[in-house]
Amino acid sequence: MQLTDYIAPLMQGAWVTVQLTLYSTVLGAMLAFASGIGKLSRNRAINAICVAYIELFRGTSLLVQLFWLYFALPLAGSAMGLDLRLPPVLAGVLALSLNIGAYGAEVVRGAITAVHQDQREAARALNFSERQTLWDIVIPQAIPEMMPPFGNLAVQNLKDTALVSLISLGDLTFRAEQIRNYTQDSTTIYSMLLVMYFGMALVLTVMMRGLERYVTRWRRARS
Amino acid sequence: MNDPIIKFDKVIKRFGDLTVLDELDFEVGRGEKVSIIGPSGSGKSTVLRILMTLEGIDGGVVTVNGEPLWHEEGPDGLRPASEAHLHKMRTQLGMVFQQFNLFPHMTVLRNITEAPVKVLGLSKAEAKGRAEELLELVGLADQAQKYPHQLSGGQQQRVGIARALAMRPNVLLFDEPTSALDPELVGEVLNVIGRLAEEHDLTMLLVTHEMRFAREISDRVCFFDQGRIREEGTPEELFTDPKEDRTREFLKAVLD
Repeated sequence: MQLTDYIAPLMQGAWVTVQLTLYSTVLGAMLAFASGIGKLSRNRAINAICVAYIELFRGTSLLVQLFWLYFALPLAGSAMGLDLRLPPVLAGVLALSLNIGAYGAEVVRGAITAVHQDQREAARALNFSERQTLWDIVIPQAIPEMMPPFGNLAVQNLKDTALVSLISLGDLTFRAEQIRNYTQDSTTIYSMLLVMYFGMALVLTVMMRGLERYVTRWRRARS
Repeated sequence: MNDPIIKFDKVIKRFGDLTVLDELDFEVGRGEKVSIIGPSGSGKSTVLRILMTLEGIDGGVVTVNGEPLWHEEGPDGLRPASEAHLHKMRTQLGMVFQQFNLFPHMTVLRNITEAPVKVLGLSKAEAKGRAEELLELVGLADQAQKYPHQLSGGQQQRVGIARALAMRPNVLLFDEPTSALDPELVGEVLNVIGRLAEEHDLTMLLVTHEMRFAREISDRVCFFDQGRIREEGTPEELFTDPKEDRTREFLKAVLD
């Protein structure tokens, strides 16, 4: 087996990693918004659910969450007479997005509370409802503040996808392990792995910067 | 005064141990232009903030257009106002803020059209027409597509005035509208307010440190001190012949 023979399976794995990252980051962002806003809700029940979710997923290891969803949940389900077996991809995406969503929730909440009180007062004086104030006035101003920490979380998420190889999902790390088991060529394989993750992180960072520029375009308007 | 549009009846407002309004009685007539002057901490801005429903009250009754603002008629007399009641009452009031408080992520035009569209339900075209008229009025017709940070403070405050007017309030509250401005920009804002005062039957309530301006545009000037009106009268009476020592001291301090 030659070096070039490594490329095809590694690219296959990389494609799985890209998909996992994409799905779990998008789903994670939605969870982050829902629970970050929910944590600010005056409704006690919504508030409690969001706090419980955030604390539970920030306070436990991603690996354990992944194993729990993939190995423990089906057993718990069959004990209750339910089929809760998840395909590896679904278990992986769920664990990753639940995890990133919990961290992202704090980012969303922080950015929303950082919007100046004056803006809410102006909105109230113009008779906007609380919902309109949140979505029209506060959140558009909070989103630019969320972007740098969201960029970090997205890269973190990309790197965390390596853990799904442990539930036999054919991602980049899984493919690399397979090749390494076969060839014992650890140095080459792991070096390639490093470079490929780094390359993907770089692309992701550039994409997040682009998104940041897009959501802050009003700040750069020049006279 | 018969049939005042704004009436404070023994209104109390406290912040912790501090009593900001101490059984305040205060009335404003329809179409009247009233200036509130006084030392800082005398409760001047609080009067406006209570009217705009940004601050609640701890006692007494505030009436706007004959209806209690912070209360609703219940089966057993007055009860605290619901958000729905406040929403209804706020349609009569508009406010211009010291720090302008424009929405930084919206163009000047959208700052003015957003509330008429979303709150009053105007069509976009109607709201745009209304906004263009108002921008004309405040002399900023050519700035509609800019963002607030591209404007000077004076221009931003004029947008603030247009934004408040776009909701067609009966009463417009000005909370130290020129205090955050560089001195050379004060004039352009005062001009706009002065023109409004002259040309519209809008009721105007102005908290200001611009004594000469207050004197020019007001029908009546109220001197606030320690949460009450210490003295009030026509600008002529109050500025040339104040009755109270406290008023005299204050005017001497600010006019010298």
